[in-house]
Amino acid sequence: MAEPITVNGTPQPIPDDPRVTLLDFLRHDLGLTGTKKGCDHGQCGACTVIVNGIRINSCLTLAAMHEGDSVTTIEGLGTPDEPSPLQRAFLEHDGFQCGYCTPGQICSATALLQELAENWPSDASEKLEGSIAITSEEIRERMSGNLCRCGAYANIVAAIEEIAAGETA
Amino acid sequence: MRPFEFTRAPSLKEAGSLTAASDSMAIAGGTNLLDLMKLQVETPSRLADLNRLGFAQIEDTDDGGLLLGALATNTETAVHPRVRRDYPVLARAILAGATQQLRNKATNGGNLCQRTRCFYFTNIDQPCNKREPGSGCGAIDGIAKLHAILGTSDQCIATYPGDMAVALSALDATVLVSGPGTDRSVPLREFHVLPGDTPWVENVLERGEIITGITLPPPVGGTQLYRKVRERSSYAFALVSIAAIVEIADGKFTRADLAFGGLAHKPWHDPHLADALVGQAPSRELFDTAADILLEDARGYGENDFKIPLARRTLHAVLQQAAEDAA
Repeated sequence: MAEPITVNGTPQPIPDDPRVTLLDFLRHDLGLTGTKKGCDHGQCGACTVIVNGIRINSCLTLAAMHEGDSVTTIEGLGTPDEPSPLQRAFLEHDGFQCGYCTPGQICSATALLQELAENWPSDASEKLEGSIAITSEEIRERMSGNLCRCGAYANIVAAIEEIAAGETA
Repeated sequence: MRPFEFTRAPSLKEAGSLTAASDSMAIAGGTNLLDLMKLQVETPSRLADLNRLGFAQIEDTDDGGLLLGALATNTETAVHPRVRRDYPVLARAILAGATQQLRNKATNGGNLCQRTRCFYFTNIDQPCNKREPGSGCGAIDGIAKLHAILGTSDQCIATYPGDMAVALSALDATVLVSGPGTDRSVPLREFHVLPGDTPWVENVLERGEIITGITLPPPVGGTQLYRKVRERSSYAFALVSIAAIVEIADGKFTRADLAFGGLAHKPWHDPHLADALVGQAPSRELFDTAADILLEDARGYGENDFKIPLARRTLHAVLQQAAEDAA
């Protein structure tokens, strides 16, 4: 018997068909349609979810590969009444237009905050070691796996920068 | 995706036997394989999931080097304190590739085995000798901007797309392989192969062999650079990339370990370059001599003709910067 996969705190049985991607499992089997299917090839980032604290493209992994794992989707981050700090910042900074990429953007940025807290370097970092200076270049590089066809990038960066700066202040 | 049987490999030995058949494949991170399965470029009947086999460790070796487990992710490798401190060219190369989401899932072993991003290879409606032997190469007279200028054949001009292995080549890393008969070590510089008449063969792995790790030799220090030239500043494959480990003493190069990405079917390493540079003082003339050696047999295919002067200029820029940093 396969170990269940925990999604937003609730254990769920692994699907029978091994072809089911984690993305299709979330959307079709569990009805968690916040996570979006954009390109289905790992290029757009709309399907980004957080697995065991790490952000990944849910379209490029099989649900069957995640026995025992803990998955957080946009539905697990906040609610309309109690949004997460990043969700609130995206609203305040107008960090979206059509909204299709937004769940992926917010899941990605949520994990990004943790990566910054752990001083993981990026391609934009001047130094590989020591603390990371939070600049818009850092945020842009770290968010390059999330496309926004509406081009709301400036406001997305502003929203993330506000929360990232607050967390490290 | 076509239907397939999915088995979690319970042991290394069984992983070997599960992947020994020609219609079976191993899956680790899956970021490249599942993409190709959706495109029906790959249609395995059986997948063996390696993920619970261990081999995710990153640990010191007895000689002072570092073992990178095959199942350690690219991110775990790039952020490891010893990689950042002792092998910065490797950290830089990994961070220059893909996106955070992909690096978080992609494994070191899988990264070595990733397939070319040639448009003809990934489109099953197009001819490709790599995907369908004998069908021809669409790229030779077609869309070839990303394609190789060194070590090509009349069968295939695809490039190896990765960044990590370019740094591993400069570092002279070793690939650890476990097989049905015996375990073996393969120098990274000999792991990937040129297309020749068998472009579907991309590395020396035999059926049923599994990569268990990569070892790095003891750190050499020096100035370590990874320069990647691409069409946009993030999340794009290299047109030309260079991993460089350079040391200078008394105004002359004492080490010049260079490897190149984006130019060939494998990370390109030419020992004649170090021979020409070591013992000499940095100068524009010397850098030109090195570029002449690198590009002696270079050949463009129309759309990628620009790579020949681009490789020359990138080599100049890297050697110049390394010389300044090391001085």
